[in-house]
Amino acid sequence: MTIKEAQNEIIDEFALFDEWMDKYEHIIELGKDLPIIKSEHKTEENLIKGCQSRVWLHADLSNNNILFTADSDAIITKGIIALVIRVFSNHTPKEIAESELFFIDQIGLKEHLSPTRSNGLLAMVKQIKMYSIAFQAKA
Amino acid sequence: METKTNIIDLESIRKDFPILTRKVNGKPLIYFDNGATSQKPQAVIAAIEKYYTLENSNIHRGIHTLSQEATEAYEAARNTVQHFLNAEHSKEIIFTSGTTGSLNLLASSIGKKHINQGDEIIISTMEHHSNIVPWQMLCEEKGAILKVVPINDKGEFLMNEFENLLSDKTKLVSVTHVSNTLGTINPVKEIIAKAHQKGALVIIDGAQAVPHTKVDVRNLDCDFYVFSAHKMLGPTGVGILYGKESLLNDLPPYQGGGDMIKTVTFEKTTYNELPHKFEAGTPNIAGGIGLAAAIDYMNKIGVDKIEAHEHELLSYATKEIKQIEGIRIIGEANNKASVLSFLVDGTHPSDIGMIIDKLGIAIRTGHHCTEPLMDRFDIPGTARASFAFYNTIEEIDTFIHALKRAIKMLL
Repeated sequence: MTIKEAQNEIIDEFALFDEWMDKYEHIIELGKDLPIIKSEHKTEENLIKGCQSRVWLHADLSNNNILFTADSDAIITKGIIALVIRVFSNHTPKEIAESELFFIDQIGLKEHLSPTRSNGLLAMVKQIKMYSIAFQAKA
Repeated sequence: METKTNIIDLESIRKDFPILTRKVNGKPLIYFDNGATSQKPQAVIAAIEKYYTLENSNIHRGIHTLSQEATEAYEAARNTVQHFLNAEHSKEIIFTSGTTGSLNLLASSIGKKHINQGDEIIISTMEHHSNIVPWQMLCEEKGAILKVVPINDKGEFLMNEFENLLSDKTKLVSVTHVSNTLGTINPVKEIIAKAHQKGALVIIDGAQAVPHTKVDVRNLDCDFYVFSAHKMLGPTGVGILYGKESLLNDLPPYQGGGDMIKTVTFEKTTYNELPHKFEAGTPNIAGGIGLAAAIDYMNKIGVDKIEAHEHELLSYATKEIKQIEGIRIIGEANNKASVLSFLVDGTHPSDIGMIIDKLGIAIRTGHHCTEPLMDRFDIPGTARASFAFYNTIEEIDTFIHALKRAIKMLL
Protein backbone atom coordinates (compact mmCIF):
# COMPACT_ATOMS: atom_id res chain seq x y z
CA MET A 1 0.00 0.00 0.00
CA THR A 2 1.35 3.43 -0.88
CA ILE A 3 1.49 6.28 1.59
CA LYS A 4 -1.38 7.90 -0.26
CA GLU A 5 -3.49 4.72 -0.17
CA ALA A 6 -2.85 4.28 3.54
CA GLN A 7 -4.09 7.80 4.18
CA ASN A 8 -7.21 7.27 2.08
CA GLU A 9 -7.93 4.08 4.00
CA ILE A 10 -7.82 6.02 7.29
CA ILE A 11 -10.11 8.71 5.86
CA ASP A 12 -12.64 6.01 4.91
CA GLU A 13 -12.33 4.46 8.34
CA PHE A 14 -13.06 7.77 10.06
CA ALA A 15 -15.98 8.57 7.74
CA LEU A 16 -17.96 6.06 9.81
CA PHE A 17 -17.94 8.37 12.83
CA ASP A 18 -20.56 11.08 13.05
CA GLU A 19 -19.80 12.17 16.56
CA TRP A 20 -16.54 13.63 17.83
CA MET A 21 -16.84 11.29 20.83
CA ASP A 22 -16.77 8.17 18.68
CA LYS A 23 -13.82 9.56 16.79
CA TYR A 24 -11.91 10.29 19.99
CA GLU A 25 -12.80 6.94 21.48
CA HIS A 26 -11.36 5.29 18.39
CA ILE A 27 -8.18 7.35 18.63
CA ILE A 28 -7.85 6.49 22.31
CA GLU A 29 -8.17 2.79 21.46
CA LEU A 30 -5.49 3.14 18.77
CA GLY A 31 -3.31 4.85 21.35
CA LYS A 32 -3.73 1.98 23.77
CA ASP A 33 -2.91 -0.54 21.03
CA LEU A 34 0.22 1.20 19.72
CA PRO A 35 3.12 -1.25 20.07
CA ILE A 36 5.35 -0.09 22.83
CA ILE A 37 8.62 1.49 21.79
CA LYS A 38 11.65 -0.43 23.05
CA SER A 39 12.77 1.11 26.32
CA GLU A 40 16.33 1.54 25.02
CA HIS A 41 14.88 3.79 22.31
CA LYS A 42 12.98 5.96 24.78
CA THR A 43 16.00 8.18 25.14
CA GLU A 44 16.50 11.86 25.63
CA GLU A 45 17.85 11.92 22.07
CA ASN A 46 14.59 10.52 20.67
CA LEU A 47 12.43 12.81 22.79
CA ILE A 48 10.40 15.54 21.14
CA LYS A 49 9.36 17.85 23.92
CA GLY A 50 6.07 19.67 23.51
CA CYS A 51 4.67 22.03 26.10
CA GLN A 52 1.68 19.74 26.63
CA SER A 53 2.92 16.22 26.07
CA ARG A 54 6.09 14.35 25.25
CA VAL A 55 6.67 12.24 22.16
CA TRP A 56 9.45 9.72 21.51
CA LEU A 57 10.26 8.74 17.94
CA HIS A 58 12.74 6.12 16.82
CA ALA A 59 13.67 5.20 13.23
CA ASP A 60 15.48 2.14 11.83
CA LEU A 61 16.42 1.41 8.25
CA SER A 62 15.69 -2.15 7.14
CA ASN A 63 15.87 -3.33 3.50
CA ASN A 64 15.79 0.32 2.45
CA ASN A 65 12.51 0.85 4.32
CA ILE A 66 12.26 3.08 7.37
CA LEU A 67 10.57 1.49 10.37
CA PHE A 68 9.23 3.97 12.91
CA THR A 69 8.35 3.27 16.51
CA ALA A 70 6.99 5.96 18.79
CA ASP A 71 5.32 6.69 22.08
CA SER A 72 3.74 9.55 23.99
CA ASP A 73 2.70 10.13 27.57
CA ALA A 74 -0.68 11.48 26.37
CA ILE A 75 -3.11 8.94 24.96
CA ILE A 76 -4.84 11.09 22.31
CA THR A 77 -1.47 12.17 20.96
CA LYS A 78 -0.42 8.53 21.03
CA GLY A 79 -3.49 7.52 19.04
CA ILE A 80 -2.73 10.04 16.33
CA ILE A 81 0.89 8.87 16.36
CA ALA A 82 -0.37 5.34 15.71
CA LEU A 83 -2.09 6.64 12.57
CA VAL A 84 0.94 8.62 11.42
CA ILE A 85 3.17 5.58 11.85
CA ARG A 86 0.70 3.37 10.02
CA VAL A 87 0.98 5.79 7.09
CA PHE A 88 4.75 6.31 6.99
CA SER A 89 6.37 3.24 8.46
CA ASN A 90 7.83 0.59 6.17
CA HIS A 91 8.34 2.89 3.20
CA THR A 92 11.52 3.94 1.46
CA PRO A 93 13.18 7.21 2.44
CA LYS A 94 12.41 8.56 -1.03
CA GLU A 95 8.70 7.72 -0.77
CA ILE A 96 8.46 9.38 2.64
CA ALA A 97 10.41 12.47 1.57
CA GLU A 98 8.17 12.98 -1.45
CA SER A 99 4.88 12.27 0.29
CA GLU A 100 2.30 14.71 1.48
CA LEU A 101 0.46 14.36 4.77
CA PHE A 102 -3.21 15.08 4.21
CA PHE A 103 -5.28 12.62 6.25
CA ILE A 104 -5.12 14.45 9.61
CA ASP A 105 -6.76 17.47 8.06
CA GLN A 106 -9.37 15.33 6.30
CA ILE A 107 -10.45 13.40 9.38
CA GLY A 108 -11.01 16.66 11.24
CA LEU A 109 -8.01 16.58 13.55
CA LYS A 110 -6.23 19.54 12.03
CA GLU A 111 -6.03 21.34 15.36
CA HIS A 112 -3.76 18.63 16.71
CA LEU A 113 -1.10 19.57 14.19
CA SER A 114 -1.38 23.26 14.95
CA PRO A 115 1.78 24.85 16.35
CA THR A 116 -0.34 26.39 19.11
CA ARG A 117 -1.11 22.96 20.54
CA SER A 118 2.58 22.27 21.02
CA ASN A 119 1.90 18.63 21.77
CA GLY A 120 4.94 17.40 19.89
CA LEU A 121 2.94 16.01 16.95
CA LEU A 122 3.90 18.65 14.44
CA ALA A 123 7.53 18.29 15.49
CA MET A 124 7.20 14.52 15.11
CA VAL A 125 5.94 14.82 11.54
CA LYS A 126 8.85 17.13 10.76
CA GLN A 127 11.21 14.64 12.37
CA ILE A 128 9.85 11.82 10.20
CA LYS A 129 10.62 13.91 7.12
CA MET A 130 14.08 14.68 8.50
CA TYR A 131 14.81 10.98 8.93
CA SER A 132 13.72 10.29 5.36
CA ILE A 133 16.05 12.96 4.04
CA ALA A 134 18.90 11.81 6.27
CA PHE A 135 18.50 8.15 5.23
CA GLN A 136 18.31 9.17 1.57
CA ALA A 137 21.59 11.02 1.91
CA LYS A 138 23.20 7.94 3.49
CA ALA A 139 21.99 5.61 0.77
CA MET B 1 -27.04 21.39 47.93
CA GLU B 2 -27.74 25.09 47.62
CA THR B 3 -26.44 25.87 44.15
CA LYS B 4 -26.89 29.62 44.11
CA THR B 5 -24.63 32.04 45.86
CA ASN B 6 -26.12 35.37 46.75
CA ILE B 7 -22.96 37.34 47.21
CA ILE B 8 -23.11 39.05 43.83
CA ASP B 9 -25.73 39.54 41.16
CA LEU B 10 -24.38 36.96 38.74
CA GLU B 11 -27.11 37.27 36.20
CA SER B 12 -26.46 40.94 35.68
CA ILE B 13 -22.66 40.56 35.88
CA ARG B 14 -22.58 37.85 33.22
CA LYS B 15 -24.42 40.17 30.83
CA ASP B 16 -21.49 42.57 31.12
CA PHE B 17 -19.16 40.03 29.48
CA PRO B 18 -20.09 39.64 25.79
CA ILE B 19 -17.84 36.60 25.26
CA LEU B 20 -19.76 34.55 27.84
CA THR B 21 -22.66 34.23 25.42
CA ARG B 22 -20.64 32.49 22.75
CA LYS B 23 -20.55 28.79 22.00
CA VAL B 24 -17.48 26.63 21.67
CA ASN B 25 -17.71 23.34 19.79
CA GLY B 26 -21.46 23.77 19.81
CA LYS B 27 -21.66 24.09 23.60
CA PRO B 28 -22.05 27.19 25.77
CA LEU B 29 -18.57 28.38 26.71
CA ILE B 30 -17.47 27.62 30.27
CA TYR B 31 -14.34 29.65 30.80
CA PHE B 32 -12.15 28.27 33.59
CA ASP B 33 -8.83 29.57 32.33
CA ASN B 34 -8.93 32.85 34.20
CA GLY B 35 -5.46 32.30 35.62
CA ALA B 36 -4.10 32.65 32.09
CA THR B 37 -6.18 35.69 31.26
CA SER B 38 -9.57 36.96 32.34
CA GLN B 39 -12.43 37.90 30.05
CA LYS B 40 -13.24 41.59 29.50
CA PRO B 41 -16.41 43.39 30.47
CA GLN B 42 -18.15 45.68 28.01
CA ALA B 43 -17.02 48.69 30.08
CA VAL B 44 -13.37 47.91 29.30
CA ILE B 45 -14.03 47.21 25.63
CA ALA B 46 -15.99 50.47 25.39
CA ALA B 47 -13.27 52.52 27.09
CA ILE B 48 -10.68 51.29 24.58
CA GLU B 49 -13.02 51.88 21.67
CA LYS B 50 -13.85 55.36 22.92
CA TYR B 51 -10.19 56.22 23.25
CA TYR B 52 -9.39 55.22 19.68
CA THR B 53 -12.63 56.68 18.33
CA LEU B 54 -12.58 60.06 20.04
CA GLU B 55 -9.38 60.73 21.97
CA ASN B 56 -6.46 59.10 20.17
CA SER B 57 -3.38 61.28 20.33
CA ASN B 58 0.14 61.05 21.69
CA ILE B 59 0.60 62.08 25.30
CA HIS B 60 2.86 64.50 27.18
CA ARG B 61 4.05 66.27 24.09
CA GLY B 62 1.26 67.94 22.16
CA ILE B 63 0.11 71.50 22.49
CA HIS B 64 -3.21 70.62 20.92
CA THR B 65 -6.46 69.79 22.70
CA LEU B 66 -6.56 66.15 21.71
CA SER B 67 -3.10 65.47 23.10
CA GLN B 68 -4.05 67.18 26.34
CA GLU B 69 -7.19 65.09 26.62
CA ALA B 70 -5.28 61.88 25.97
CA THR B 71 -2.64 62.89 28.51
CA GLU B 72 -5.31 63.64 31.09
CA ALA B 73 -7.03 60.33 30.50
CA TYR B 74 -3.73 58.44 30.81
CA GLU B 75 -2.74 60.27 33.99
CA ALA B 76 -6.22 59.75 35.41
CA ALA B 77 -5.67 56.04 34.81
CA ARG B 78 -2.46 56.27 36.80
CA ASN B 79 -4.38 57.85 39.67
CA THR B 80 -6.96 55.07 39.51
CA VAL B 81 -4.20 52.48 39.86
CA GLN B 82 -2.66 54.47 42.72
CA HIS B 83 -5.91 54.36 44.69
CA PHE B 84 -6.51 50.73 43.78
CA LEU B 85 -3.18 49.82 45.42
CA ASN B 86 -3.41 52.52 48.10
CA ALA B 87 -0.04 53.88 47.00
CA GLU B 88 1.05 57.17 48.48
CA HIS B 89 1.76 58.98 45.21
CA SER B 90 0.66 58.50 41.62
CA LYS B 91 4.30 58.89 40.52
CA GLU B 92 4.98 55.58 42.25
CA ILE B 93 2.89 53.91 39.54
CA ILE B 94 4.90 52.99 36.44
CA PHE B 95 3.11 51.69 33.36
CA THR B 96 4.88 48.71 31.80
CA SER B 97 3.99 46.02 29.28
CA GLY B 98 2.94 43.57 32.02
CA THR B 99 4.26 41.60 34.97
CA THR B 100 7.13 40.20 32.90
CA GLY B 101 8.02 43.70 31.70
CA SER B 102 7.94 45.03 35.25
CA LEU B 103 10.18 42.25 36.57
CA ASN B 104 12.69 42.70 33.76
CA LEU B 105 12.79 46.43 34.43
CA LEU B 106 13.52 45.75 38.09
CA ALA B 107 16.13 43.09 37.33
CA SER B 108 17.93 45.56 35.09
CA SER B 109 17.70 48.66 37.28
CA ILE B 110 18.11 47.00 40.69
CA GLY B 111 20.86 44.87 39.20
CA LYS B 112 22.85 47.92 38.10
CA LYS B 113 22.45 49.71 41.39
CA HIS B 114 22.37 47.10 44.12
CA ILE B 115 23.59 43.67 43.03
CA ASN B 116 27.24 42.74 43.14
CA GLN B 117 29.33 39.59 43.10
CA GLY B 118 28.46 37.22 45.94
CA ASP B 119 25.17 38.95 46.74
CA GLU B 120 22.14 36.76 47.20
CA ILE B 121 18.66 36.95 45.71
CA ILE B 122 15.85 34.85 47.21
CA ILE B 123 12.83 33.54 45.32
CA SER B 124 10.47 30.65 46.08
CA THR B 125 9.86 27.24 44.52
CA MET B 126 6.42 28.27 43.29
CA GLU B 127 7.56 31.20 41.12
CA HIS B 128 6.42 31.67 37.54
CA HIS B 129 9.26 31.54 35.00
CA SER B 130 8.92 35.34 34.75
CA ASN B 131 10.05 35.62 38.35
CA ILE B 132 12.88 33.11 37.93
CA VAL B 133 14.59 33.73 34.62
CA PRO B 134 15.30 37.51 34.96
CA TRP B 135 17.02 36.79 38.29
CA GLN B 136 19.00 33.88 36.86
CA MET B 137 20.17 36.15 34.06
CA LEU B 138 21.12 38.86 36.55
CA CYS B 139 22.95 36.40 38.82
CA GLU B 140 24.90 35.07 35.86
CA GLU B 141 25.87 38.57 34.80
CA LYS B 142 26.87 39.75 38.27
CA GLY B 143 28.15 36.57 39.86
CA ALA B 144 25.33 36.76 42.41
CA ILE B 145 23.62 33.71 43.91
CA LEU B 146 20.00 32.69 43.55
CA LYS B 147 18.47 30.98 46.59
CA VAL B 148 15.13 29.20 46.50
CA VAL B 149 12.72 28.85 49.43
CA PRO B 150 11.24 25.33 49.49
CA ILE B 151 7.56 24.51 49.97
CA ASN B 152 5.75 21.71 51.77
CA ASP B 153 3.62 19.01 50.12
CA LYS B 154 0.51 21.16 50.46
CA GLY B 155 2.26 23.82 48.40
CA GLU B 156 2.90 26.26 51.25
CA PHE B 157 5.86 28.60 51.61
CA LEU B 158 8.18 27.42 54.38
CA MET B 159 8.77 30.46 56.54
CA ASN B 160 11.52 28.96 58.73
CA GLU B 161 13.44 27.80 55.65
CA PHE B 162 13.13 31.35 54.35
CA GLU B 163 14.50 32.72 57.62
CA ASN B 164 17.41 30.30 57.36
CA LEU B 165 18.20 31.55 53.86
CA LEU B 166 18.03 35.23 54.84
CA SER B 167 21.41 36.73 55.67
CA ASP B 168 23.38 39.93 55.41
CA LYS B 169 24.21 38.84 51.86
CA THR B 170 20.52 38.89 50.87
CA LYS B 171 20.01 41.96 48.72
CA LEU B 172 16.65 41.12 47.23
CA VAL B 173 13.63 38.90 47.82
CA SER B 174 11.15 38.40 44.98
CA VAL B 175 8.16 36.17 45.64
CA THR B 176 4.70 35.67 44.29
CA HIS B 177 1.66 36.84 46.23
CA VAL B 178 -0.53 34.04 44.81
CA SER B 179 0.77 30.96 42.99
CA ASN B 180 -0.63 30.65 39.46
CA THR B 181 -0.33 26.86 39.57
CA LEU B 182 -1.26 26.01 43.16
CA GLY B 183 -3.43 28.92 44.20
CA THR B 184 -1.43 29.31 47.40
CA ILE B 185 -1.77 32.76 48.96
CA ASN B 186 1.61 33.53 50.48
CA PRO B 187 2.03 35.37 53.79
CA VAL B 188 3.71 38.24 51.98
CA LYS B 189 3.41 40.75 54.81
CA GLU B 190 5.45 38.50 57.06
CA ILE B 191 7.92 37.75 54.27
CA ILE B 192 8.40 41.47 53.64
CA ALA B 193 8.92 42.26 57.32
CA LYS B 194 11.49 39.49 57.74
CA ALA B 195 13.38 40.53 54.60
CA HIS B 196 13.42 44.16 55.72
CA GLN B 197 14.97 43.17 59.02
CA LYS B 198 17.97 42.02 56.98
CA GLY B 199 17.92 45.15 54.85
CA ALA B 200 16.82 43.36 51.67
CA LEU B 201 14.52 44.88 49.06
CA VAL B 202 11.28 43.02 48.40
CA ILE B 203 9.36 42.59 45.16
CA ILE B 204 5.91 41.01 45.19
CA ASP B 205 4.59 39.41 41.99
CA GLY B 206 0.91 40.23 42.24
CA ALA B 207 -0.22 38.96 38.82
CA GLN B 208 -2.52 36.33 40.36
CA ALA B 209 -3.45 38.35 43.45
CA VAL B 210 -4.92 41.61 42.14
CA PRO B 211 -7.77 39.91 40.24
CA HIS B 212 -8.98 38.24 43.42
CA THR B 213 -8.07 40.17 46.51
CA LYS B 214 -7.62 43.69 47.87
CA VAL B 215 -3.99 44.76 47.79
CA ASP B 216 -2.70 47.60 49.95
CA VAL B 217 0.96 48.26 49.20
CA ARG B 218 1.40 50.59 52.16
CA ASN B 219 -0.04 48.07 54.57
CA LEU B 220 2.16 45.34 53.08
CA ASP B 221 5.15 47.71 53.12
CA CYS B 222 6.53 46.03 49.98
CA ASP B 223 9.19 47.93 48.08
CA PHE B 224 7.85 46.93 44.68
CA TYR B 225 4.61 45.33 43.54
CA VAL B 226 4.03 44.18 39.95
CA PHE B 227 1.03 42.91 38.01
CA SER B 228 -0.63 42.67 34.57
CA ALA B 229 -3.88 44.26 33.46
CA HIS B 230 -5.08 41.32 31.38
CA LYS B 231 -5.58 38.93 34.28
CA MET B 232 -7.86 41.44 36.02
CA LEU B 233 -10.36 42.29 33.25
CA GLY B 234 -8.04 44.73 31.48
CA PRO B 235 -6.37 44.55 28.07
CA THR B 236 -3.18 42.65 27.21
CA GLY B 237 0.13 44.43 26.78
CA VAL B 238 -0.09 46.69 29.80
CA GLY B 239 0.94 46.22 33.40
CA ILE B 240 2.08 48.01 36.49
CA LEU B 241 5.21 48.45 38.49
CA TYR B 242 4.58 50.04 41.85
CA GLY B 243 7.67 51.17 43.72
CA LYS B 244 8.29 53.32 46.76
CA GLU B 245 9.18 56.81 45.58
CA SER B 246 12.57 57.03 47.24
CA LEU B 247 13.61 53.63 45.86
CA LEU B 248 12.45 54.41 42.33
CA ASN B 249 14.24 57.75 42.44
CA ASP B 250 17.36 55.93 43.46
CA LEU B 251 17.29 53.43 40.60
CA PRO B 252 18.85 54.09 37.19
CA PRO B 253 16.46 54.15 34.21
CA TYR B 254 15.72 50.99 32.24
CA GLN B 255 15.20 51.82 28.59
CA GLY B 256 16.31 55.05 26.96
CA GLY B 257 14.16 57.02 24.56
CA GLY B 258 11.50 59.66 24.30
CA ASP B 259 9.52 60.85 27.31
CA MET B 260 12.06 59.56 29.86
CA ILE B 261 14.47 62.47 29.42
CA LYS B 262 14.67 66.01 30.70
CA THR B 263 17.33 67.29 28.30
CA VAL B 264 19.40 65.55 25.67
CA THR B 265 22.71 66.69 24.26
CA PHE B 266 25.32 64.48 22.65
CA GLU B 267 27.51 65.02 25.69
CA LYS B 268 25.00 64.30 28.45
CA THR B 269 21.37 63.41 28.92
CA THR B 270 19.48 64.17 32.10
CA TYR B 271 16.58 61.99 32.99
CA ASN B 272 13.00 62.93 33.59
CA GLU B 273 11.34 62.67 36.97
CA LEU B 274 9.12 59.87 38.18
CA PRO B 275 7.14 58.20 36.78
CA HIS B 276 8.35 59.22 33.30
CA LYS B 277 11.94 58.20 33.98
CA PHE B 278 10.86 54.58 33.54
CA GLU B 279 8.46 55.09 30.65
CA ALA B 280 10.55 55.48 27.51
CA GLY B 281 8.71 55.79 24.23
CA THR B 282 5.04 56.09 23.44
CA PRO B 283 3.28 53.86 25.95
CA ASN B 284 0.22 51.65 25.58
CA ILE B 285 -2.15 54.57 26.12
CA ALA B 286 -5.35 52.68 25.33
CA GLY B 287 -4.08 49.87 27.56
CA GLY B 288 -3.68 52.17 30.54
CA ILE B 289 -7.14 53.61 29.98
CA GLY B 290 -8.56 50.10 29.64
CA LEU B 291 -6.90 49.05 32.90
CA ALA B 292 -8.50 51.99 34.70
CA ALA B 293 -11.91 50.98 33.32
CA ALA B 294 -11.27 47.44 34.61
CA ILE B 295 -10.45 48.76 38.08
CA ASP B 296 -13.57 50.95 38.09
CA TYR B 297 -15.62 47.90 37.15
CA MET B 298 -14.09 45.76 39.90
CA ASN B 299 -14.64 48.51 42.45
CA LYS B 300 -18.25 48.82 41.39
CA ILE B 301 -18.81 45.14 42.20
CA GLY B 302 -16.54 45.25 45.23
CA VAL B 303 -13.27 43.36 45.48
CA ASP B 304 -14.36 41.86 48.80
CA LYS B 305 -17.48 40.44 47.17
CA ILE B 306 -15.45 39.12 44.23
CA GLU B 307 -13.16 37.36 46.69
CA ALA B 308 -16.04 35.90 48.70
CA HIS B 309 -17.85 34.54 45.63
CA GLU B 310 -14.67 33.04 44.19
CA HIS B 311 -13.97 31.43 47.54
CA GLU B 312 -17.36 29.73 47.38
CA LEU B 313 -16.66 28.54 43.85
CA LEU B 314 -13.32 27.09 44.91
CA SER B 315 -14.73 25.36 48.00
CA TYR B 316 -17.59 23.86 46.02
CA ALA B 317 -15.37 22.71 43.13
CA THR B 318 -12.81 21.23 45.53
CA LYS B 319 -15.47 19.32 47.42
CA GLU B 320 -17.04 17.98 44.22
CA ILE B 321 -13.82 17.03 42.46
CA LYS B 322 -12.57 15.14 45.52
CA GLN B 323 -15.46 12.73 45.12
CA ILE B 324 -14.06 11.54 41.79
CA GLU B 325 -11.96 8.42 42.15
CA GLY B 326 -8.27 8.82 41.38
CA ILE B 327 -8.21 12.61 41.72
CA ARG B 328 -5.10 14.21 43.12
CA ILE B 329 -5.25 17.91 43.90
CA ILE B 330 -1.94 19.72 43.49
CA GLY B 331 -1.88 22.65 45.89
CA GLU B 332 -3.83 22.23 49.09
CA ALA B 333 -2.68 25.26 51.03
CA ASN B 334 -4.90 26.41 53.86
CA ASN B 335 -5.04 29.86 52.32
CA LYS B 336 -5.92 29.56 48.63
CA ALA B 337 -7.17 31.70 45.74
CA SER B 338 -9.55 30.28 43.14
CA VAL B 339 -7.13 27.92 41.39
CA LEU B 340 -7.78 24.18 41.24
CA SER B 341 -4.88 22.16 39.86
CA PHE B 342 -5.38 18.43 39.62
CA LEU B 343 -4.32 15.13 38.14
CA VAL B 344 -6.34 12.00 37.50
CA ASP B 345 -4.63 8.64 38.05
CA GLY B 346 -3.87 6.90 34.77
CA THR B 347 -4.59 9.91 32.56
CA HIS B 348 -2.54 12.74 31.10
CA PRO B 349 -3.74 16.31 31.79
CA SER B 350 -3.63 17.24 28.09
CA ASP B 351 -6.03 14.38 27.24
CA ILE B 352 -8.45 15.64 29.88
CA GLY B 353 -8.13 19.20 28.59
CA MET B 354 -8.72 18.16 24.97
CA ILE B 355 -11.85 16.17 25.72
CA ILE B 356 -13.51 18.72 27.94
CA ASP B 357 -12.69 21.42 25.39
CA LYS B 358 -14.92 19.45 23.02
CA LEU B 359 -17.62 19.95 25.65
CA GLY B 360 -17.12 23.72 25.61
CA ILE B 361 -14.98 23.95 28.75
CA ALA B 362 -11.72 25.88 28.71
CA ILE B 363 -9.10 24.85 31.27
CA ARG B 364 -5.33 24.98 31.05
CA THR B 365 -3.07 21.95 31.03
CA GLY B 366 0.71 21.74 31.16
CA HIS B 367 3.39 23.08 33.44
CA HIS B 368 1.87 26.59 33.68
CA CYS B 369 5.30 28.21 33.21
CA THR B 370 6.37 26.76 36.56
CA GLU B 371 8.63 23.85 35.55
CA PRO B 372 10.72 23.84 38.76
CA LEU B 373 7.48 23.61 40.75
CA MET B 374 6.36 20.64 38.64
CA ASP B 375 9.74 19.02 39.35
CA ARG B 376 9.16 19.61 43.07
CA PHE B 377 5.99 17.52 42.86
CA ASP B 378 7.64 15.13 40.38
CA ILE B 379 4.86 15.58 37.81
CA PRO B 380 5.00 16.73 34.17
CA GLY B 381 2.11 19.14 34.56
CA THR B 382 -1.43 19.49 35.83
CA ALA B 383 -4.89 20.28 34.60
CA ARG B 384 -5.92 23.62 36.06
CA ALA B 385 -9.34 25.15 36.45
CA SER B 386 -9.12 28.76 37.59
CA PHE B 387 -12.29 30.63 38.45
CA ALA B 388 -13.37 34.24 38.17
CA PHE B 389 -16.27 35.98 39.85
CA TYR B 390 -18.45 35.65 36.72
CA ASN B 391 -18.30 31.86 36.98
CA THR B 392 -21.18 29.96 38.52
CA ILE B 393 -21.87 26.89 40.62
CA GLU B 394 -23.83 25.46 37.67
CA GLU B 395 -20.76 25.77 35.47
CA ILE B 396 -18.78 23.80 38.04
CA ASP B 397 -21.44 21.07 37.98
CA THR B 398 -21.14 20.89 34.18
CA PHE B 399 -17.37 20.79 34.46
CA ILE B 400 -17.43 17.94 36.99
CA HIS B 401 -19.83 16.05 34.77
CA ALA B 402 -17.57 16.60 31.72
CA LEU B 403 -14.53 15.55 33.71
CA LYS B 404 -16.17 12.27 34.68
CA ARG B 405 -17.07 11.67 31.06
CA ALA B 406 -13.48 12.35 29.95
CA ILE B 407 -12.10 9.98 32.58
CA LYS B 408 -14.49 7.28 31.47
CA MET B 409 -13.31 7.67 27.88
CA LEU B 410 -9.64 7.64 28.81
CA LEU B 411 -9.49 4.75 31.26
